[in-house]
Amino acid sequence: MSVVLDAKVPDGPIADKWENHKFSVKLVNPANKRRFKILVVGTGLAGASAAASLAELGYKVEAFTFHDSPRRAHSIAAQGGINAAKNYRNDGDSVYRLFYDTVKGGDYRSREANVYRLAQVSLNIIDQCAAQGVPFAREYGGLLANRSFGGAQVSRTFYARGQTGQQLLLGAYQAMAAQIAAGGVTLHNRSDVLDIVVKDGEAVGIVTRDLLTGELRAHSGHAVVLATGGYGNVYYLSTNAMNCNVTAAWRAHRRGATFANPCYTQIHPTCIPASDEFQSKLTLMSESLRNDGRIWVPRNMDEARAAAEVPDADRYYFLEEKYPAFGNLVPRDVASRNAKTVVDQGMGVGPLRNGVYLDFADVIARDGESVVREKYGNLLDMYERITGEDPYRSPMRIYPATHYTMGGLWVDYNLMTNVPGLYALGECNFSDHGANRLGASALMQGLADGYFVLPYTIGDYLAPKLGSAPVPVDDPAFAAAVAEVDDRTRGWLAKRGTKSVDHYHRELGKIVWEYCGMARNRTGLEKALSEIPALREEFRANVKVLGSADTTNQSLEQVNRVDDFMEMAELKVRDALHREESCGGHFREEHQTPEGEALRDDDNFAYVAAWDWQGPDRPQELVKEPLEFENVKLTQRSYK
Amino acid sequence: MSAAGNGSGSESGSGNGHGARMRLRLRIWRQAGPDEPGAFLDVDAHDIPEDCSFLEMLDIVNERLIDDDIEPVTFAHDCREGICGTCGVMINGRPHGPEKATATCQLHMRKFRDGDEIVIEPFRAASFPVVKDLMVDRRAFDRIIESGGFISAPTGTAPDANEIPVPKDVADFAMDAAACIGCGACVAACPNSAAQLFTAAKLGHLNVLPQGQPERWRRAEAMVETMESFFGSCTNHGECTEACPKEISLDFIAVLNRDYLKAKVKNRRLASQT
Repeated sequence: MSVVLDAKVPDGPIADKWENHKFSVKLVNPANKRRFKILVVGTGLAGASAAASLAELGYKVEAFTFHDSPRRAHSIAAQGGINAAKNYRNDGDSVYRLFYDTVKGGDYRSREANVYRLAQVSLNIIDQCAAQGVPFAREYGGLLANRSFGGAQVSRTFYARGQTGQQLLLGAYQAMAAQIAAGGVTLHNRSDVLDIVVKDGEAVGIVTRDLLTGELRAHSGHAVVLATGGYGNVYYLSTNAMNCNVTAAWRAHRRGATFANPCYTQIHPTCIPASDEFQSKLTLMSESLRNDGRIWVPRNMDEARAAAEVPDADRYYFLEEKYPAFGNLVPRDVASRNAKTVVDQGMGVGPLRNGVYLDFADVIARDGESVVREKYGNLLDMYERITGEDPYRSPMRIYPATHYTMGGLWVDYNLMTNVPGLYALGECNFSDHGANRLGASALMQGLADGYFVLPYTIGDYLAPKLGSAPVPVDDPAFAAAVAEVDDRTRGWLAKRGTKSVDHYHRELGKIVWEYCGMARNRTGLEKALSEIPALREEFRANVKVLGSADTTNQSLEQVNRVDDFMEMAELKVRDALHREESCGGHFREEHQTPEGEALRDDDNFAYVAAWDWQGPDRPQELVKEPLEFENVKLTQRSYK
Repeated sequence: MSAAGNGSGSESGSGNGHGARMRLRLRIWRQAGPDEPGAFLDVDAHDIPEDCSFLEMLDIVNERLIDDDIEPVTFAHDCREGICGTCGVMINGRPHGPEKATATCQLHMRKFRDGDEIVIEPFRAASFPVVKDLMVDRRAFDRIIESGGFISAPTGTAPDANEIPVPKDVADFAMDAAACIGCGACVAACPNSAAQLFTAAKLGHLNVLPQGQPERWRRAEAMVETMESFFGSCTNHGECTEACPKEISLDFIAVLNRDYLKAKVKNRRLASQT
């Protein structure tokens, strides 16, 4: 029996769809909202904003995080800013332009109606966050400041120094804290969600493991909301936090939720290159550095002079030469691929020859060191702290790293997965960024989903359930799920293998990065498809997890997550193999223009690839949601 | 894996070159649980790359412990870029170690010398009970925020963002305070285990903004009194700001003291008016 995906996009002109939809969804009477319990998993921007907003409406909310505090979620690390079509700069921005830019930037692989709604509610997000006291940058007149970001032609990005994600997350966390104090939200911290419970086809609860005591608990609710972030750590090395994982989403997938476009991954061009085998994560350097820094490598592979001594004639400014119009400001995917090309050709710099230079010498000579320090001081200081090199004297070394994942759980216009009662928000879903996300749009989407979309749409599912109690946690469906999680978790301790969890995670990351990273081809992907299952088998037989299941045990937390990445990686590679085109963050070497740009195949691949779980022994089945573009004209991107 | 002698030669900067290795004598605090006795584990950490971070050094130590069938050391960490506030240990008696304005995850081993002894302990404070080894429980901080560290603005009620102008210097002052990452180094550094700097950072952020005025006095009284129910008293040592990875200024504690005092008067007067 195949799954049928109905996106439930409302009728009418694109500008009216959301208004019409808000009017047509069923409502839950204010006095009845307290009779519904909603489980929100994850407390980042999407989860915290959803939990706070739902509790303000009167729903009983239970929020879950594996962190010690909700404020630790990785949304906190976003640096650059948040887009909104306010047009405060009078430079021609509009909801329609933000919508258009986002669909185009996503290389025409997102759902128009969702993106238009995102652009619409972007206006409300800025209002909401300002009212909460988020300390956005201000002009001297006291009004909000903006900047242009990531090559956008208008200044629509709002920011709080280089810590926009931190400040927006603290705003959402504080709104949730107010609801915790008021009794609307019950917080479960250090609670790792290890399964989703589905009964009679509907999501009815979750199973958590207490990370301090190891105790497994069943939680039941009228609906389950997953806001658990992306799967970037499938690469092991990424700019994600160490504990970011795909487990909740993957367990939902195994319980019937289709997983969409797993091959879409964004590789951020400006990160600090790895220095060693023991590197644990990669650190992002804000994209804004490309506004003033010039990217180059020595033309001569055996260049022996120090970087500053290499004359211009012997420097290869590869982006400026190939893309005279955009130069160093080409989109993220183009900048990343070109850096890979020169490093693969042996022109990389640094001790491991795995980077390219990002050079501030010219701007320092032109504007002076103090101007550069004022603009980028905190970033350049961070660079020096990590590398021990002074970027004011010698150029920085950068290299692309995995940063964001556009794919995720398939959701309809209401943000509900194909499992009734199960919702996915923020990076956890697939819906708004297509094959490539624009800078400063991740924060926007997380908050849009949590503050302004889910609180409207969830009533449509809940209203008909008025009067029904949540499935009791002593129901056999819960007992079976708890027993399964218990077996799985304790099973790892019995393996008594020889290699650590991290060892296998690193090995998996190497395969996925090599064959399903910035550029992919059939031979490599097929190789990955043979190597990943072999590694997974070895891992499952030979991993070594010490300690007990009844106390804090970080290896045990990790092993479940790596196990899920081992399965997820295979699906990601299969998705990349099936998509015989290049689009956005998915670059198939077989499909490029004569200039080496991504070549889409709109006739055959203008669809969402959603994968339906068929059990552990059979590959997932592909289910397509065709994408229709009624408002945006499909063109080939060109940055020449 | 040796990274030296790569033939590129185009490297400049640090003189001793990348890839140097160090040998360290570590004394790591181990404690099986909150109510268990603890003790130091001595580790001869050889062949540690000087380019790795402090937490990556602990990763290496843990991998070797696992090889020897010894349970790895538990320590809290997540973003490893100095912003989430999850990490933090005492390094030779100092929260986050010797480098100023640097969280543990951003501290790199090149700041130490080959042969150094490094003592690694959890943050010590009665309100931060040890969970296991180097990990502590900082939930008391969340209780302080829940008592009033917010501006009540239910979703959907906000006016247009530019209808509330905020003078740039006020916004900058608020942002300086709001940069706090909630790591708890201030408490760990304080001889009294006081949480004034953490609490003052949130009050300094919210109480100066126009949006924060309606709840200003209620917020000050509630947060300070919740803080005092968990933590010790401030006696102006200033160790907190020295240890703070975000260099939150002591000036905010002055704001806290001023607003708390005023709040005690104003809240009484407001109450008598009703």
